[in-house]
Amino acid sequence: MKILLNNREEEFPQETISVSEMIRVKKFSFRMRIIKINNVLISKEKYDSTIIHNGDNVQMLYLMSGG
Amino acid sequence: MRFSEIKNHLGRFRVGIAGAGGLGSNCAVALARSGIGTLVIADHDIIEERNLNRQYFFSDQVGMMKTTALKENLNRINTDTSVLIHQKKLDKSNITEIFSGCDIIVEAFDSAEMKEMLIETVQTRMPGIPLVVASGLAGWGKNDTIRCRKIDDTLYICGDESSDVTDDLPPMAPRVGIVANMQANVVVEILMEKKK
Repeated sequence: MKILLNNREEEFPQETISVSEMIRVKKFSFRMRIIKINNVLISKEKYDSTIIHNGDNVQMLYLMSGG
Repeated sequence: MRFSEIKNHLGRFRVGIAGAGGLGSNCAVALARSGIGTLVIADHDIIEERNLNRQYFFSDQVGMMKTTALKENLNRINTDTSVLIHQKKLDKSNITEIFSGCDIIVEAFDSAEMKEMLIETVQTRMPGIPLVVASGLAGWGKNDTIRCRKIDDTLYICGDESSDVTDDLPPMAPRVGIVANMQANVVVEILMEKKK
């Protein structure tokens, strides 16, 4: 499947993938992050149960301390 | 457009600011100077000596509540901006009430956990209200790494999204000020497009 990840096209061999799996496969480091799929915020308790489908628009941002 | 017309337009809006530290105090100053009608500012901290390296307070205000001191400073800058303050620690249960009626909200916390809590609360419980977040402003230099991204119509992020504050990479006035003013600039940009 193909998705948009931070406005870039990404291809995965799987037909669908959970948010947790995507983080693992992409080797995203363990940091505080916000993920939105098709403009809907996914809370971190739902990373295992939320499935990303072909064509989804996935946005991810990192939260760093400091202010 | 003339500044008098811009000020007249911005005077119709209400902006929420979550936190009155380095980001919140500097962002509030830029927004008051721009002529925003009402600022709603929430914080529960007291000004400490070490805050003066970046926060918009003065040495004779050390020991005061940040909200009270900031209101005083903003009133000295622009008497036309109303400043409503809440001396409260923000959490999931009070955010929607404190910021109800705001046209836009600025995230100005320092801890990443609080940033996450605010984003989750506003995005799920205040649908349609734009939120301007800051992430990544520690240290000095590296101007070219600081940017602003629009995630969608309700979420904007300013900062480098990579530098974390540590003992050896403290927050300092120049970078914190850049990001705080970037947040204010996003607020002005969104509100200038908005009719009221």
